[in-house]
Order: sequence, then structure tokens, then C-alpha cells
Amino acid sequence: MTNTLRREVLQLYRNLLFLGRDYPKGADYFRERLKSAFMKNKDVTDPSEIRKLVDRGEFVIKELEALYFLRKYRAIKKRYYEGEH
Amino acid sequence: MSRVLVGVKRVIDYAVKVRVKPDHSGVVTDGVKHSMNPFCEIAVEEAVKLKEKKLFKEVVAVSCGPAQATETIRTALAMGCDRGIHVEVTGKDYESLGPLQVSKIFAALAKKEEASLVILGKQAIDDDCNQTGQMTAALLDWPQGTFASEVEIEGDKVKVVREIDGGLETIKINMPAVVTADLRLNTPRYATLPNIMKAKKKKIANMKPADLGVDIVSRLEVLRVDEPPTRLAGVKVETVDDLVAKLKESGTI
Repeated sequence: MTNTLRREVLQLYRNLLFLGRDYPKGADYFRERLKSAFMKNKDVTDPSEIRKLVDRGEFVIKELEALYFLRKYRAIKKRYYEGEH
Repeated sequence: MSRVLVGVKRVIDYAVKVRVKPDHSGVVTDGVKHSMNPFCEIAVEEAVKLKEKKLFKEVVAVSCGPAQATETIRTALAMGCDRGIHVEVTGKDYESLGPLQVSKIFAALAKKEEASLVILGKQAIDDDCNQTGQMTAALLDWPQGTFASEVEIEGDKVKVVREIDGGLETIKINMPAVVTADLRLNTPRYATLPNIMKAKKKKIANMKPADLGVDIVSRLEVLRVDEPPTRLAGVKVETVDDLVAKLKESGTI
């Protein structure tokens, strides 16, 4: 693995780990799954394959951000705007 | 038109189950997850968006509270604010810090920083007061656009679409003005780890209410804090007749 790619993978892991702190089922639950997801691909060496996996990770980040936003929005809406349409 | 002041409050996280202290003097805050008030996030997002549209030069995030308030300011900086001001209020003063005291601080800062717009969340999810924006506008004698669901700058005026009972109201007010954000104003961006790291380079000024010449003595006394009543268990009925009988019994029909 080239150095820049290695750094990208590590940064992706860190960013996901940080996001995991807000995961509804808890940070521990998230960390376990995150680790196994990364370990599953530890033997991938092809740079283009690694790139694809990193891109998938970036996609997951966007999904998590959207999940957190919706969860918060719905909770606040339910508490303060009940009965409205 | 150059500067926006945006207020951020550190509150108990929305997802945490809030518990009342055994002596009913307040709620348990020790060891409880805190984060930025969701309505403040919306206010920050709006301020940053206006800056990105090049309508303002600078966005300043302000928070009043103990040392941990800087974490909340840091989040605001990660979302795109340029610099922060931490007005340090601790101990007994922080416990009695209410909307009036915070409004006085904001009014003093708005003048000091020569802000042309102050954006705040419409209310905080901890005390649910919904007063800070209104009182800040009153103290400054500035126009106010509360419960904003749309904000548009038109020259030296702001067009604010307000959420009111049963619909929307559009008003146009002169700047400088105070705007408070409602839930549907925008979708706040997430403060990502790389942005939080970058935000560490941004400056947070520290000051005390006294530095602004503000008296933060509170005239309110909290007598007692209670949990809302728990919902009572329901009953199952076998037939329609039973149901009607039960409803009559409870006086519903």
C-alpha cells in the first residue's frame, strides 16, 4: 500500500470512529463493527480496489450524517411540534 | 454589513433521558452527555450560509457558561464560524443564569462587535424559555424576526418568513436586527473530525460579564423541579358495550 493511500485509510477509520460516538446503539457497538469491517479487507493490496473501499467508507460517512440529522429532527419535531402536519 | 453574531448554548444532549436531582433543586448534569442546542445548530448553519453567499464578512460564535462552553464554541467554529467569544460564567452565577442575563451579555457584545445581525436559536431544549432573542432585541431596541423558517437579505433589510400559529407570516425588517431560528430554517451540517481539528486554529476570546459591564444577578428563584407525571397504564375491554360503559364511567362521553 502506498503511503498516501495508507494515510487515507487511517484517516477514514478515525473519522468513522469519531462519528460512532453518536451512534444510537452506542459507541462500543459501532467500534466493534467498524473494526471487523476494516479487518475483513486487510489483505486487499490492489490500489484501485482500496480506492473503491475508501469511497464506500466516505459514502457511509454521508449516510451516518444523514441518519443523525433525521433522528434529531424527528425527536425535536415530536417533542415540540406534535399535532402539526 | 459585515458581521453576524450567533449564540450557541451547551445543553444536555437531546437523546439523554433527563433525571431530576433527589432534592428537587434541578436536574442531574454531572457525567451526562452535553452537546450544542439543536436550535443553535440551525442558527449557526444560517449564519455560515449567509457568509458563504458573501453577504457578511465574519461570523462570531458566542457562548455563556463554564469552561466546557468552549467545546460548544469549537463545534460552531468547525461548522464554519470564524472566531468565538466565551463569556465565562461559573458556579452559582451559572446556575442562576437565565434569558435576561444572557440577553444583556448579547446586547453588550452586539454593540461592542458592531454586529449587523444577531442570530439565535428560538429556544433551548433544556429550559425551553424562548425569551433570549426577544429580550436581546428589546434591550438593543432593534427589530426582531422570531421563529424564522426563511431568511433573505435584501440590501440593508432582512426578509423573514415566520412560523406562526396556523401558517406563515412574511415580514421585512431593518438591519441591524435579531433573528431567531425555527426548526425548518435549514439542515445543519455535521461538525466532522477534520473540521474540528482545523477549528482548533481559530481564536476564542475569553471574557467575563463584568468586562462588558453587565450585571448578571438573577431575580428569579427556582422553588422546585419535578419530573412530568408518568403515563398511567391502559385497560383492555372485551366488547364494544364494555368500551362504551368505560368511557361513560370516565366521563369522556
